[in-house]
Amino acid sequence: MRRVNRDQRSRVSVKLNGRNVSAEAEPRMLLSDFIRQALGATGTHVGCEHGVCGCCTVLLDGVAVRSCLTLAMQADGRELTTVESLAGADGALNALQQAFRKYHALQCGFCTPGILMSFTDFLRRNPKPSEAQVIEVLSGHICRCTGYVGIVSAVLEAAGSVDSNAGGKP
Amino acid sequence: MKPHPFDYVCADTVDEVTTLFAEHGDAARVLAGGQSLLALLNLRLLEPALLIDINRIAELSEIREAGGKVEVGAAVTQNRLLAWPGLKEKLPFLAAALPFVGHFQTRNKGTVCGSVAHNDPSSEIPLSLAMLQGEVVLRSRRGTRTVPASEFQLGMLTTARKPDELVTAVRFPVQTACRVAFREVARRHGDFAIIAVGAVADGNRIRLGVGGMAGRPSIREFTAGGDLADAINTLAWELEGYEDQHASSRMRRDLLRRVGPAVIEEALQCAG
Repeated sequence: MRRVNRDQRSRVSVKLNGRNVSAEAEPRMLLSDFIRQALGATGTHVGCEHGVCGCCTVLLDGVAVRSCLTLAMQADGRELTTVESLAGADGALNALQQAFRKYHALQCGFCTPGILMSFTDFLRRNPKPSEAQVIEVLSGHICRCTGYVGIVSAVLEAAGSVDSNAGGKP
Repeated sequence: MKPHPFDYVCADTVDEVTTLFAEHGDAARVLAGGQSLLALLNLRLLEPALLIDINRIAELSEIREAGGKVEVGAAVTQNRLLAWPGLKEKLPFLAAALPFVGHFQTRNKGTVCGSVAHNDPSSEIPLSLAMLQGEVVLRSRRGTRTVPASEFQLGMLTTARKPDELVTAVRFPVQTACRVAFREVARRHGDFAIIAVGAVADGNRIRLGVGGMAGRPSIREFTAGGDLADAINTLAWELEGYEDQHASSRMRRDLLRRVGPAVIEEALQCAG
């Protein structure tokens, strides 16, 4: 049994995008704040902080979750994947990101990191989704710029290219 | 917003949880998936002194089938149950209702038991538990008891759980009648249902479940061929429908009058 009192800080160690990192957190620290403020990975955005907007979606052990509805403590010893992992070391966009660019699936880009991470998980589990399935997953995000049509097209195209991109970035 | 400070315990066994509950009672809250709890903490609608994380307790993370029932442990997520290979055949009603629970992203973390324990009147899982006449397993230092859904669900966000009890599992009886239908009306797919309506047809007997109208799921039985529109109109007036920012009581009654017969028709048409 691990106990951390409210005024204590405890070390939380995670594998962030393949790198072992750790930082201190108090019990009430949200994973979203831990990622941004303690680990300095500001690609993950914070919107509503009650699970509605989907901006803060990250992969925890490969599964898309709201980082604002997760405590930093809960990520201890686990693997975190954020939007920073998607592009190659040389900055080359992965298939999903390229499709987003092609279909103008973003404008201001605030919601984009969360959407990319949701579909990174979803497409891995459902490599050939229907348009209806894509729309259902997208319902877990709010985008105030695009009207969603470009996002759906981008995801469907990226799904089509998943095979040729096998073994690529997560 | 950020939560009010609290103590955090990550428990390894159920005994640790029940011991902490015996000591702290209502001041302690269980953190399972956290998809409702964390939102309430962030909005400071709840300020517990202690959070007990049960996610690393191995015995709570199982889906088991025994004695004609499917038992779902307290740490099992909604998406895990949705992906359980026997779901469509054994619990077709849940297979129809689960895709409406939150979003893909929240179902990855939200638990089946957590939703039952939270007992939001518009939630699909408490409605399913009532529809299928399931039961809730509660454990405390005083022992283990099993409570039928009808006695567990007392009203809006209120259950028969005592402050020192942990919901360790819920059990759904394996369905014999397979003709089911489920629909809901919400502002956005996955948002809180304005109303949720499900039906199970067995021969010409129809069980209708309605969520989002009253403080707890409402279940009624009908016989096919009767004046359903009239019966559902009576039900709509009986349940009244609560008023919130999404819909008036009148709109809820109107939705039930329209969606109710459609769902019953769909269940009757269903090949099963």
